[in-house]
Order: sequence, then C-alpha cells, then structure tokens
Amino acid sequence: MALDVLASAFGPVQQDYLLEARQMQAMSFVAHIPLVCFGVAFPAFVVFAEWRHLRTGDPVYRTLARRWSKVMLALFAVGVVTGTILSFELGLLWPGFTAAFGDVFGLGFTLEGFSFFTEAIFIAIYVYGWDRLSPRTHLLTGIPVIVSGITGSFFVIAVNAWMNSPGGFRIENGEAVDVRPWEALFGNSYLAHEIVHMYVAAYIVAGFVLAAVYAWGWLRGRRGRYERTALTIALTAAAIAAPVQLIVGDWAARVVAEEQPVKLASFEDLRETTKGAPFTIPGGPEIPDLLSLLAFHDPNATVEGLDTVPARDRPPVGIVRASFLTMVTIGTLLAALSAWYLLVRVRRRTLPSSRWFWHAAVAAGPLSLVALIAGWVTTEVGRQPWVVYDVMRTDAAVTGAGGVPVGYATLAAVYVGVLVAVVWILRRLARRPLEEDVERTAGAPSG
Amino acid sequence: MAEVPLVLILVGLVAYTLLGGADFGAGLWELTARGERGSALRDHTHRAMAPVWEANHVWLIFVLTVCWTAYPQAFSSIASTLTIPLFVAGLGVILRGATYALRAGVSSPREEGVLSVTFALSSVLTPFALGAMVGGIASQRVPVGNAAGDEISSWLNPTSILTGTLAVATSAYLAAVYLAADSTRMDDREIADAFRKRAVVAGLVAGTIAIAGPLVLREDARPLFDGLTSGLGLVALVVSALAGVAALVLVAARRYEPARVVAAAAVAAIVAGWGVAQPDPILPGLSIEEAAASDATITAVLIGFAVGLLILLPSLAYLFRLVLSGRFDPAAPLAGDGEGTVELDLRDTGKGGRTIALPVSGGLLGAGAAITFIADDALRPVGVAAMLVGAVGAFVALASLDDAEPTKNGG
Repeated sequence: MALDVLASAFGPVQQDYLLEARQMQAMSFVAHIPLVCFGVAFPAFVVFAEWRHLRTGDPVYRTLARRWSKVMLALFAVGVVTGTILSFELGLLWPGFTAAFGDVFGLGFTLEGFSFFTEAIFIAIYVYGWDRLSPRTHLLTGIPVIVSGITGSFFVIAVNAWMNSPGGFRIENGEAVDVRPWEALFGNSYLAHEIVHMYVAAYIVAGFVLAAVYAWGWLRGRRGRYERTALTIALTAAAIAAPVQLIVGDWAARVVAEEQPVKLASFEDLRETTKGAPFTIPGGPEIPDLLSLLAFHDPNATVEGLDTVPARDRPPVGIVRASFLTMVTIGTLLAALSAWYLLVRVRRRTLPSSRWFWHAAVAAGPLSLVALIAGWVTTEVGRQPWVVYDVMRTDAAVTGAGGVPVGYATLAAVYVGVLVAVVWILRRLARRPLEEDVERTAGAPSG
Repeated sequence: MAEVPLVLILVGLVAYTLLGGADFGAGLWELTARGERGSALRDHTHRAMAPVWEANHVWLIFVLTVCWTAYPQAFSSIASTLTIPLFVAGLGVILRGATYALRAGVSSPREEGVLSVTFALSSVLTPFALGAMVGGIASQRVPVGNAAGDEISSWLNPTSILTGTLAVATSAYLAAVYLAADSTRMDDREIADAFRKRAVVAGLVAGTIAIAGPLVLREDARPLFDGLTSGLGLVALVVSALAGVAALVLVAARRYEPARVVAAAAVAAIVAGWGVAQPDPILPGLSIEEAAASDATITAVLIGFAVGLLILLPSLAYLFRLVLSGRFDPAAPLAGDGEGTVELDLRDTGKGGRTIALPVSGGLLGAGAAITFIADDALRPVGVAAMLVGAVGAFVALASLDDAEPTKNGG
C-alpha cells in the first residue's frame, strides 16, 4: 500500500536537510496561521460593530469599525504574502508530494483561489469605501469578506483533512489513479471536526489577542467608552468560543482515536496497547482509565499503543505529547477565564473589574497564540512520518534541490523583519487620535 | 480536455502580467520620485494601486494552483529545478506586501524613503525572477523530474536574462501608462506629465528589448526563435509591435485611457506569443496528455472555475468600476447625508428581543454542546449546528448589551 516509489521521474531523492525543510515549512505556517485567525474572525467583529452603529447611531461603534478595518487590511496584506509563500513551498520544498497527488488535492487550492480573490476584492471595497458608499451598501460589502474568509480556510483545511485521512484515489503501480477529487476533499472524515476546531480557534485567538491589547490599556487607566466597547466585542467572542472549543476538542480527539491511533498514543506516550489506558499529568499523578475515557468515552476501552507500528512509522512522540498538553492546558485555562467573564457580563452587564482578570486577559492573548500553534503541531507532527497518512512518507515528498538551509535562514530573517514591521504598524495605527476616525474625512482613507 | 487548463494558465499569466506586473512596476517609479514632487508622485502611486493591489496579486496564486492541480509533474519539475528564482520571487512578494501594509503608518519622509527602496527592490526581484523562470522553461532547460535540471544555468542564461529584463521593463512601462491615466482622471496634469515622460522612456526600453530579443534567442534557444518567427508566434510578435508603437503615440498625445488598453494589448501579445511559440507544449519530453491530470480532476477544476467566475467577474467588475470611475479618489464626493443612520433612540432598540435572545441562544448552545458530546456520528451534525448557531446568537445578544457604567454598579 505504501507509496515508497512513485513509478515516474519523481522517485525519492537524496535530501540531507529534510528536517530543515520541515522546519522551514513549520515556520511558514507559524507565521501564517495567526493571520488566518484574523482573516476569519476579524471581519465579523468589524461588520458587527458597523451594524451596531447603523442600528443605534452610536458613533463609538463607527469609530471602532473604521479603526479596526484599517488593522484588518494591514493584517490581510501580510496574510496574503505569507499565504503566497506557503503555496510556493508546495513546489519549493515538496515537489514529490505535489507531483504525486496534485491532481487529488489541488482542486482545494483552486477553489481557495477564488475565495481569496473575493476576499481581496471586497476587503478593498470595504476599507476604501468608507464614506464613498451608502452606509447600507458599505455594510453589505463587508458580508463577502466574512464569508470568503471562512470559505477560503475551509478549502485549505479540506486539503489538510485529506492528508490526515486520505481517500478519493487508488494506488496502482505506484501512481494515484481513479482520482475522485470531490470525494477526496469533501468526503473525508476529518474535514468536519478540523474545520470547526479551526474556526472556533480563530475566534478565540482574534478575540483574546485583540482584548489583550485593550486589557493592557485598561491596566493603565484607558477605560473610556471606546475601549470598553472594543473589549466587550473581543472578549464576548473569545469567551463564548473558548468553552465551545472544549467540546469540539473532545470530538476531534475521538475521531483521531478511531482513525489515527498512533497519533493518539503519542498524546500519552502509550507504548503498549492497553485496556483502560491511563493518562499521566506531567509532573503529577497517573490517572487510571483517563485516556480511554477521553478517547472513547469509556473507561474500559482499549487504546492502541505505539507498538502497533514499527518504530520508523511513529511520530516524534515527545514533541506531539508536549504540544498536545500545551494546547489542552491553555485551552482549559482560557475556558475558565471565559466562564468568569461571561458570568460577570450576564449578571452585572458590565466588564469585570478585578485587577487579576485584566492581568489574565493580557496573558490570554499570547497564550491563545501558543495554544493555536501547539494544536497545529499536535496534528501535523503527529501525522509524521507521513505526508499523506499511511500512503506517502515525508522523505519521499521532499525536494532534491540544494540550499534548503540557506532558504530557511533567509526566510527566517525576512519573517523576523515582517514581525517587527507588523508590530510597528499596529502601534502606529493605535496611536492615531480617535478623532481622526470619528469625523467623516474628505481625504482618502490612510489605510 | 487535457489542454483546457493550459488556456486558463495562459489567461492567468496575462492577467498577472498586466495587473500584478503594473503593481510591481509602480515600485520602480517610486524610486525615481525625489523631493517635494516625489512625495506627491509616491502618494499618487500608492492611492492608485492600493485598492486593487490584493486582487491583482491573486492571479499568481491562481496560475500556481491550476498548474499543480492540472499538470502536477510539470509544476513539480519547474518548481524544484527553478527553486532559486521561485524563492526570490517569493521574497519580492513578501517585500511588496510588507510595504503595502506599512504604508498606512508612515509619517516622516525618511520612513517613506525606506519603504520606497523596499518597494523598488521587490519591483525588480519578482518580475525578473518570474520572467527568468519563463525563459528557462521556454529555452528547454527544465527537464522532468525532482530538481533534475541545473539549479543555476536553468535561470541564469541568455534567454532568461532577456525575459527577466523584459518583464521588469514591461512592468515599469504598464505602471507608468496606468498611473498617467489615473492622474488625468484626478485632474492632476503635472503628475500625469511626469508619468507620461516615464511611460515613453520605459516603452522605448521595453520595445528595444522585445525587438532585440529574437537575436538572443536565435543563438540561445533556436526552437523558440523558430516558433516566434513563424505562424502564430509571428502574428503575436507583429501585433505586439504594432500595439506597442500605437500605445507610444497615444501616450505622447496624452490620450491615456486608450493608451492603457493598447499598452496592455502589446504586453498581452508578448505573453501569448511566448505561449504559442514554446517548442514543447509543457516541458521537454512531456506531452500534454502525459502531463495532464485525469479527466475527473480537470472536469472538477473546470466546474470550480465556472462557478468561481460567476462570483469573481461581477465582483472584479464592481471593484474596477469603483476605482476607475474615481469613487475612491480623494476628491470624490462623500456618500450619504450626515451619519446616514436610523433610530437615534438607541437604548431601547430591541431591548425586548434581547432579553429573550440571550437565554434562547444560550439554551441552544448548551443543548448543542451536550448533543455533540454524547452523540454518535449520525446525530452529531445536529449538535454541532445547534452549538454554533447558539454561539453566534449568544454573541450578538451579549455583545449588543450596552455596557453598564462601571461607576454605577461599582463593578
């Protein structure tokens, strides 16, 4: 079954820097995925604020929507380029993968291209259309931005879901034949939970990161109506999403337990197949039956161990387990913080006032990013050594070209520069006086 | 069936050259803009390009995705042999995107200068690298296989240098023509004249390279030369030359709007001419049939395309209509009157609904979560849907609640 040799010009090649190639890919994802969260969730916040303005006439909402829309555009621009790099890397780093399976998964990216196109068009119309379109039309042009942000990541995640749960083709003489691209992308059993998990994560990350900025200001006395309104939108979104994520995460884990038992075993470093498998809290006790309970909702369920496959077919267990624990721990803490916020908000109709809450809210921003990345490391490193699970090994996909470390170092340096630049522009935008966005300006928007 | 995606790729390439190319070309002109007027030129460039930058850029993604879906082995061969120019093109894209994002925040001339240099750097890097890739493919230097060709000479050779330089020159030329047209629309005669001068110079340079080109090809890539000097290739070359001259005349006569179209036609003809003149349909030793994905995949791509175009074309038309009609120009009239809003008595809006909305949404969310947690595969979609709808409802209800003044409640 395993596609060790593709019976064409794309046999495995000698690549001394496979690990560097994987790290370069991982780095590119780490740079891009937070921006995806903003691409998915931020337009919804902005359009919500504008909608509140149209409903209530309250200028605070309008100011908020205008200012946020400029941030949204800047982040989208950076997301465009980091996303372009990812598509380049399919050829730069993994030509074996693309050559063998481009016809199976490629459709997802073609569709994503259209989605991305729509998003780019309407985000421009929306941001440059303030005061140039009637208020109602302007609000409506925000809707395609929300929708295409969601569909775009839907198509990309469909590809990732297929890599984890490949179908829609047969292997014959080392080549993929009988290709059924729709089935491959949209008929696989990973798509549903991956999509929902990622969308909910997007609202958590965008919400908490945004809230962290204003929470920082809150601790320094910036607690006006503008700031409170911003915090209300960001925190409410994140706080509803975070507890929901616990349920979605449970669902995801149960699918992984069924379909990728080796990945699941890595979560606990479960060496041998065990009935009533325990779960060990790092530095704490081993809780009997907990892994079985988590993975199958049955304390007596049998969990397959790492020993079900030869050592060369196992992922790097230490990394997978550490990132899984990181994700789960942070996710739980964020859900707890969210519960407190929701309690205060529902009962007292106000924002929490305790200092500890605002310190925690500042921390929640970066922590949510860490959890996001840890989650992707869990699923992607957990898929190793396969690029297409149980079909094609990552070392059969890699490029034969030299200079991988040079490319890696160059891109790393450029991305550090981009990070500095993004922080700089966000600070600049934040320092602009509020009045600039309250009045209708005659000049072109400076965004 | 196997050839259809090739047409899509060619169309995408032409669009990217005409739209994305012009964007990169604008960067070169930022560098030539100095002093007081330089700032005005740069502002104009940014304003004209900003609303369409992202959309113009997507054409490249488009070409790549169709290429690896419809001709996976060809894509992989190209990307792995031409790794260096592809990577360099990527770096240029990053620099361009970064300058675009940062532009909103610059305030001092020094910052503006740094951005201009970065933008100009990307303007050279990306068109040259992508042009050099085309030259490498067209001169048959990319064999089938994983990094099977020479990593250097596949893109650093006479043909590639020619195509790379031509790409930079045509980008600069298109940018100057478009920008002159945009400034005429904005009634800025001085800036229009500045770009007119640039357009003429760049047009002459690009034209010279395009005419001298075949001499280089004759020595370096004979099959390509033969393709360009006979049949459809020759037709494209002649069309390009005629359109190029016509565009120059129109620019000189300050007839910028028709010049925009004719200049674009000249450049499009070059790209199309290369497409038809290429000795191999795809790569040496790889026929279209061998290279193409299965019919099922190509059909799927075409269906996706047809549906996508239904959404894309009206959207694109809307954007370009707004931009080209000057709706986003600084002098354009503001829309609507006053705040253009309704119901200033906001505190009462939907208060009754609100009190119901929150518990209903919360209930739906809770029930959905419970179902998702305990349900089997069949019932799970219901649970997930209820949970998500409930979450959205709860957000709208809860985030719409007016924040009580903390001073009143004591918090």
